[in-house]
Amino acid sequence: MNAYVGTPTSRVDGRAKVTGAAKYAGEFTAEGLVHGFVVEATIPRGRIVRLDTGEALKVAGVLDVLTHTNRPSLADKDEAWKDEVAPEGSPFRPLYDDLIRFNGQPIALVVAEEWETAKFAATLVRIDYEQDGFATDLEAERGSAREMDKPHEPRGDAKAALAAAPLRHEADYLIPTEHHNPMELYATTTVWESDGKLTVYDKTQGVQNVQKFLCGVFDKKPEEIRVLSPYVGGAFGSGLRPQYQVVLATLAALALKRSVRVVLTRQQMYGLGYRPMTIEHVALGARPDGTLDAVSHEAIAVTSRYEDFSRNDTGWAEQLYKSPNSHFSHKLVDLDVSTPCDMRAPGAATGVLALECAMDELAVALKLDPIELRLKCYSDRDQSEDLPYTSKQLRECYARGAEAFGWARRAPAPRSMRDGKELIGWGMATGVWEALQMPVAVRIVLTANGHAEVSCAASDIGTGTYTIVAQVAADALGLPIENISVRLADSTLPQAPVEGGSWMAASSAHAVLGAAEDIRQELARLAKAMPGSPLANLDAADVTLVDGMIASDGKDGAAVSIADVMRHSKLERIEKEKLNQFTEDKSHARNTHSAVFAEVKVDEELGVIRVTRVVSAVAAGRILNTKTGRSQIMGSVVWGIGMALHEETMMDHRFGRIMNANIAEYHIPVNADIHDIDVIFVDEPDSRINRMGIKGLGEIGIVGVPAAIANAVYHATGKRIRRFPITLDKLLD
Amino acid sequence: MNNFQYSRASDVADAIRLLAADPGAKLIAGGTNLIDLMKENVERPSRLIDISRLPLRDIEETADGGLRIGALVPNSDLAYHPLIEQRYPLLASAILAGASAQLRNMASVGGNLMQRTRCAYFYDTTTPCNKRSPGTGCSARDGLNRNHAILGTSTSCIATNPSDMSVALAALGALVHIAGRTGERTVALTDFHRLPDDKPHLDTNLGSGEIITAIELPPQGFARNYSYLKIRDRLSYAFALVSVAAAIELEGNAISEARLALGGVAHKPWRSPEAEAALRGQAATPDHFGRAADLLLQGATARSHNGFKIELARRAVVRALIQATNATPQSQAHKKIA
Repeated sequence: MNAYVGTPTSRVDGRAKVTGAAKYAGEFTAEGLVHGFVVEATIPRGRIVRLDTGEALKVAGVLDVLTHTNRPSLADKDEAWKDEVAPEGSPFRPLYDDLIRFNGQPIALVVAEEWETAKFAATLVRIDYEQDGFATDLEAERGSAREMDKPHEPRGDAKAALAAAPLRHEADYLIPTEHHNPMELYATTTVWESDGKLTVYDKTQGVQNVQKFLCGVFDKKPEEIRVLSPYVGGAFGSGLRPQYQVVLATLAALALKRSVRVVLTRQQMYGLGYRPMTIEHVALGARPDGTLDAVSHEAIAVTSRYEDFSRNDTGWAEQLYKSPNSHFSHKLVDLDVSTPCDMRAPGAATGVLALECAMDELAVALKLDPIELRLKCYSDRDQSEDLPYTSKQLRECYARGAEAFGWARRAPAPRSMRDGKELIGWGMATGVWEALQMPVAVRIVLTANGHAEVSCAASDIGTGTYTIVAQVAADALGLPIENISVRLADSTLPQAPVEGGSWMAASSAHAVLGAAEDIRQELARLAKAMPGSPLANLDAADVTLVDGMIASDGKDGAAVSIADVMRHSKLERIEKEKLNQFTEDKSHARNTHSAVFAEVKVDEELGVIRVTRVVSAVAAGRILNTKTGRSQIMGSVVWGIGMALHEETMMDHRFGRIMNANIAEYHIPVNADIHDIDVIFVDEPDSRINRMGIKGLGEIGIVGVPAAIANAVYHATGKRIRRFPITLDKLLD
Repeated sequence: MNNFQYSRASDVADAIRLLAADPGAKLIAGGTNLIDLMKENVERPSRLIDISRLPLRDIEETADGGLRIGALVPNSDLAYHPLIEQRYPLLASAILAGASAQLRNMASVGGNLMQRTRCAYFYDTTTPCNKRSPGTGCSARDGLNRNHAILGTSTSCIATNPSDMSVALAALGALVHIAGRTGERTVALTDFHRLPDDKPHLDTNLGSGEIITAIELPPQGFARNYSYLKIRDRLSYAFALVSVAAAIELEGNAISEARLALGGVAHKPWRSPEAEAALRGQAATPDHFGRAADLLLQGATARSHNGFKIELARRAVVRALIQATNATPQSQAHKKIA
């Protein structure tokens, strides 16, 4: 029964969000709530030699200034500080010691009755440093890059094949540091309950991750800390790991035995994680017919000195393009910066950008249409493990996208299409991401009034988890969606991992199915047992929940209402909780794919670039909600436009300091930069990946977009910009 | 943000008195820039003198056929005022090219003239900046200077003035009415802002204890042949890399009067009498426009990242003059450069 799944169902939390009824972490309040304001380091590396809080403490309304010298106890083992998605290394510990590891590091928390008081007093904290030599420039430090474990085993001899290839393209592509800039500021309200327990409202993508982390850091029992994050105003990966404000708010609450809220400023959020600047070196060796002999992809990325953050930038050619020889390498440069973190399609957004620009350059060299080149190299198997795919409708993405875009009318030569003063460029690129799934548990409470509450610790970071959970539950329970209420993002609810990696749609939907199946079984059992039940002779497997009834699957029309069954059984509620585990299946590769087509118009004299059309054809299994799904892809496309043309965190390496830490100067697209965006969902039935055939949409929408735009800019202008973002100065002669 | 005192001025004379009584005081109207700067601890006034309720919100015709615009007229009211739209559309266009609707609703005309540079080093109190802390040095000269000035710079400062409105006012030959302890005075808009020389902490020639009361526009509005062309890193809500206010009078195809002002390239709106003189009496052709642009940009120098601005400005001047000649001014609502 699919009344809701697969339809453009509006967000069930939409009304709450637009009316302000939805509360975010920094909006919860408590009796006697006080406010913390963070004091940050202004040097990138060194030691605090003096920290004078005297003046700050004299300000009326200031309650305390917490520093490494006077704070309550914090765990001293790295293990306690490692959250479930921490990379290798020694996690950052705020206010732990006198060492400065990055510019913008929190070094004190001023706590006051009013936020403004705390902010003012923070300016009175005097800090003297002993500054050490530091380095923050990836390009300058490229020589010190060290090899990480190989993301993929090499195949054949790429070096020899490249040397022997009749045609070779080789280049560096440079993607700058980028920051997430979610609309909601990072915030935590830690409520000191009367029994000394803590209720922590935190902006996070994983409440149970934060809960376990806080228990470790503060040596608390699980029942002493509860973490909630009912609504999240965007996070995009920045909230996968617990951020430092949750430690500081909780530290202050413990120190003062009061409820404390800490909200970071926009500027302070540039001291959190980011997409690391990466130099992508791609080499492709090809034959004149457009088949590949060798692929080599090396990434050199930034990490901090205390953790090794790296993602799969380089392996994507293994999924996309057939080549007998391949070589991949990922190197890190340790710099005096904070640790990078996941940002929408981490690794792929950057790595595929380079790969797909390189493929475009190869197509130009081969005088092949870019789609034709990709079809010539099309791989039906994931070459790294030599596996077939559970499904891969990428060919169909190329075809449907090209058709919708009008690709056949493209004149191949650069600078050959024009509209008045503007050069027109058409470019395309492939997108690829993983289809991951994780264990998730869900509890369903069905009440006799025909209402069901579905609950799970998973977060909805704006992606629509509330809505798809309600849709799947409504269909599985045969109830109208209005009768489903969904509770999420409370650490006391059934288990869920952090919401990330595009895994939550498939994972939560199947958890709902599992719990709903138990409800159905229970109702079937009760229905059969009713005196004179029309279902008495049916097997439980032969009844379905539909329209509030327990109905026979046969043509006899036999059915009894859920309400009647529960009344007869004298039950007010049926409660089922189930953990869904996906069967491990290493026989197939699981990926989502897309083909992205972009039209740019470039003012020939002024270099002003407009992305006038984007068509994104996505194959991502079954689409649970075509409305929120389409929005996901559109938002990703907008971000891809920003990645291609606007986004860049600028650091002055003399100070080791970010100089555009605000959203006036850190540019993202505005409405005027956005034109037509056409989203096509290509049918991709997949009975192997999971029962419902779901793959997830969170990441795939951005992958390929910046490359399609960069390739379109080349087609328009004849200029190949390999240093992102493509700002207009790079197009002026 | 620092603690500060707050006073509400009862009239202009009271505002002047309050300013004189407290050397650390600042006037506040819309506050769209000053509050930002206070939040960043760049501005630390000891007192805010609220002038937002003073009766300086009128737009009235002057005896000679110009307009007198009260200093507290909100930017958006000015941009959408019928007399501005009809007679000074260059000014309306420039205002609408700046900021966002919300900011324009709050920002006053006088405040717009007083807005400070967007140089990142000026905003970051941990870095040296002669404008913020005289004598500490200029971080931008050898730092991130893609947005910085190419004209009229000094060794002390290469900051730009971020206003769009001022660029149009400079082209239109506007006057600034100022009141102070010793009475009232009037200065040309082009003399209101200053070049940085060795005193970059002074953005303008407004004396301490003085208050802007009005802007006056001369009768000539260039309502037919004008354009405000702003080139930036995205199509809206960004400061100008380069902007051009172009205004000409045509007799047939010959230029009888020309005004050109550049934004985003200097510490003040940039005009050149030579460039404008070179256009007068000439046919309105791209060649002549290019020559004028070269004269306007004479002496332009670049630092490490802003060299592109010289060529961009030249091309933008030519484009703006073509738009003006064709009476097809750049629209600030369309999502494209015409």
